[in-house]
Amino acid sequence: MVTPIAARDDVLRILDGVMDPEVPVLSVRELGIVRDVIVDDAGAVTVVVTPTYSGCPAIRVIEEDIVAALTNGGIPNARIRTTYAPAWTSDWIPAEAREKLRAAGIAPPESAESGALVQLVRERAAVECPWCGSRDTEVRSEFGSTACKSLCVCRACLQPFELFKSI
Amino acid sequence: MSEASVVPAPPSRPNVLFEYLLRCGDDRLVLGHRLSEWCGHGPILEEDIALANISLDLLGHSTMFLRLAGEVEGKGRDEDALAYFREAVEFRNCQMVELPVGDFGFTMTRQFLFDAYDIVLLDALSSSTHAELAAIATKALKEARYHIRHSGEWMLKLGDGTEESHRRTQRALDELWRFTPELFTADAIDMELHAAGVAPDLPALRPAWESIVRDVADRATLTIPHAAPRAASTRDGRSGAHTEALGHMLAEMQIVARSHPGASW
Repeated sequence: MVTPIAARDDVLRILDGVMDPEVPVLSVRELGIVRDVIVDDAGAVTVVVTPTYSGCPAIRVIEEDIVAALTNGGIPNARIRTTYAPAWTSDWIPAEAREKLRAAGIAPPESAESGALVQLVRERAAVECPWCGSRDTEVRSEFGSTACKSLCVCRACLQPFELFKSI
Repeated sequence: MSEASVVPAPPSRPNVLFEYLLRCGDDRLVLGHRLSEWCGHGPILEEDIALANISLDLLGHSTMFLRLAGEVEGKGRDEDALAYFREAVEFRNCQMVELPVGDFGFTMTRQFLFDAYDIVLLDALSSSTHAELAAIATKALKEARYHIRHSGEWMLKLGDGTEESHRRTQRALDELWRFTPELFTADAIDMELHAAGVAPDLPALRPAWESIVRDVADRATLTIPHAAPRAASTRDGRSGAHTEALGHMLAEMQIVARSHPGASW
């Protein structure tokens, strides 16, 4: 029996359904983790991924989830290849995905900084509270529940919220 | 008997890139492990989380460097084999990162001195002629910018804080200063890789590092020690000479992997 060669679009469609385990409102494609899908002449599928944060403990799970989803979708034996260049940036998260973050109570990332290597006091506009929209907020800690998020609190509605870090 | 058998084999040429990658990987592995010792012991919850996050980032950077080191070595060792199955004398980290965590002031002062080194080094390595090394550095630099903002802010708070926090932070700076020359001392490996465009001119990075450190120390009302730091001896961490602290740390870090080699969970 000849295994039919999967179309690249089929693979991409399946990957749209693979959610990030730590930010489950976004798919691995929306986050920009999936960089490429290669289907060779023999039908072998390679998914090229890049980690958001280099120490992100979810990356292994993400790779397993991708392989499992493709297997369930009739595309077994997909291979994962990791790339570090270009380095992942939160700027890759598209506008619709940013709205999904906000709806989940996570303020979307600001534009990734550049410029001076060391900025001790960060020049930033106040982050908008994803719950009430107020800008009377403060970053409580740059490091939060996962590698990709900071802890914030809104002084207007008194709710804590998370901010997707910008790198 | 063939002619060749009586000629002693030339000593195998050391793999300089492998050695260099071990230095990069081991600095971050050892410091990352030290930071992880704070997990559950941080002064406040947010700081506990922050230290664990920075630890995780450093372990991630270490993983990338050591994985590449294993590939470059070509003897089938992966990042776990290099982290868990080498002895202290085989580690190539600088001595500063292996010192015990001390108090919070010591931990943060060491972190700040390393973070400043980390960003100037990674910034330089991101234009390495070695594409994979450049990619790793470019990625790690993005995260390291968060680290120095964190440790730098703490230097200001602690140095320009209470009498007690100032005293402890100044004491940490005084104790750590003599470990800083090692960061910028180039040996034959650094020089060979610099000539090849793979690694930066290490001593030339020191002024940029020192200006970051002096700027923050001034604002934090801390005094950079006047005594000229001792010249780094040839027996430093880069050549496998370590303080007593590293062996104790490795014993704890490696025991599970060594007690159950090949275990998976």
